Amino acid sequence: MSSYSIEQILRGDVPRVGQPQPLAADPHLMPVSLRVNNHVYMLQLEPRVSLLDTLREFLGLTGTKKGCNQGACGACTVLVNGERIKSCLTLAVMHEGHDITTIEGLGQPNQLHPLQAAFIEHDGFQCGYCTPGQICSAVAMLREVEQGDASFVSEDLTATEVNLTDEEMRERMSGNICRCGAYVGIMNAIREVYEQQQKGPRI
Amino acid sequence: MRGFTYTRASDADTAIRAVVHNAEAKFIGGGTNLVDLMRENVERPSEVVDVNGLPFAQIEELPNGSLRLGAMARNSHTANHPLVRVRYPVLAQALLSAASPQLRNMATNAGNLLQRTRCYYFYDTTAPCNKRQPGTGCSALAGYNRLHAILGTSPQCIATHPSDMTVALAALDAIVQVQGPNGQRSLPIADFHRLPGDTPERDTNLGHDELITAIDLPALPFARHSLYLKVRDRPSFAFALVSVAGVLKLSDNRIQEVRLALGGVAHKPWRAHKAEEILTGAPATPELFRRAAEAELQTAVGFEHNAFKIELAKRIMVRALTTLTERRLA
Repeated sequence: MSSYSIEQILRGDVPRVGQPQPLAADPHLMPVSLRVNNHVYMLQLEPRVSLLDTLREFLGLTGTKKGCNQGACGACTVLVNGERIKSCLTLAVMHEGHDITTIEGLGQPNQLHPLQAAFIEHDGFQCGYCTPGQICSAVAMLREVEQGDASFVSEDLTATEVNLTDEEMRERMSGNICRCGAYVGIMNAIREVYEQQQKGPRI
Repeated sequence: MRGFTYTRASDADTAIRAVVHNAEAKFIGGGTNLVDLMRENVERPSEVVDVNGLPFAQIEELPNGSLRLGAMARNSHTANHPLVRVRYPVLAQALLSAASPQLRNMATNAGNLLQRTRCYYFYDTTAPCNKRQPGTGCSALAGYNRLHAILGTSPQCIATHPSDMTVALAALDAIVQVQGPNGQRSLPIADFHRLPGDTPERDTNLGHDELITAIDLPALPFARHSLYLKVRDRPSFAFALVSVAGVLKLSDNRIQEVRLALGGVAHKPWRAHKAEEILTGAPATPELFRRAAEAELQTAVGFEHNAFKIELAKRIMVRALTTLTERRLA
């Protein structure tokens, strides 16, 4: 396989290993069309391939990370139709027609998503392995807050506005684990973007 | 993971027809439990029928005042539905206490009911387990059994049902709507899950070819005064050691009606009928709460690592009743 630059990968201009022609004869494969980061990919996949493995191994979108592969760590978090999910516990074939967004679709090296910039600014990582999942998760979390979703620590379930205390933020981000323990930086980064959003138009 | 064929169903009849003649076929909803179990070779379906396209994602009020939760509605959407948050806070809290935001966005209401135990030995295909492989024995009995059941166990199995949602549903007397090849039927939540007995491989009374279409919450005005308490090893993203769903109706400090259900203690959500009987009609006092909790746990049996659950269950019941009473008197 030839190598690809980060710019090519970010553009979605990447090897599409699952191209139909050479593989179509295999009866275990089925055609799957996936829309990832506004790019449509036509693939031939075994139904048992997870969305996570599809992103990484078939689309070359290796920003999404495989940590535990059992739904516990959150490193594989991506957005499906704007909602955060764990891509390791779902099959790629279940996502035809969905809008999938990975970390590559949120920002570009020369035009970072505000959360990416804030994670750098606030030291929201050491090794960086959990970071794409943390950021995808935080993007959706801030939307959930904006639409007034409750959490288990919400005092009043009838309230339609969320008071995003530190306790609320920790509870809402508990699906993403950072083994380096950069939680203070992660919290500060998310809070900065949240406060920017409160002041200005939504990003 | 074993290979399988994958089909999508767009209506219930098609979905049911797809599994009726294949004992190795499985429905898939959110996949959060099934994909994990397939990866571990605990579940090995030859055919997976995707039911995510079925028209059961709505949450709607029925003419009789019940609230119908569609089988395919996600746990996160259900928890945040305004009518659930206002009328059945115990259910909203139970849902929000479970798993993580990402998993709640995936998990369906029907799938929540059908999730399997998280007993380590059930997951470990090298260990004997009567639930996974009937007749091989129970590794948890003499193994590490901290998470295991204290009520309604059998010598065959001491696993717990891991769901929080179902504990709230038990307190609310929810009705599970089911469709099969011969039509529809309604199962009260109390009859949905089973105690292990001699057939721990069967978690529920749902047939292989039956599909959950909805869960109905009967109108219960006093359920506005309800809560879900959950004790676990860390404050978020963990299964319950013990949990309690409580619904209380007070009048002049006297208990008019009460619903209590325990989680993390049995093979099914454990409705605390004995405690309810003692509480109903009596003045709400800490002594009464303790006496009711003692009565409910009278038959509890602890194992090497989980005997603490017996006292914990009593205390959390007392805490729930005390909190609900204080809120009403405040």
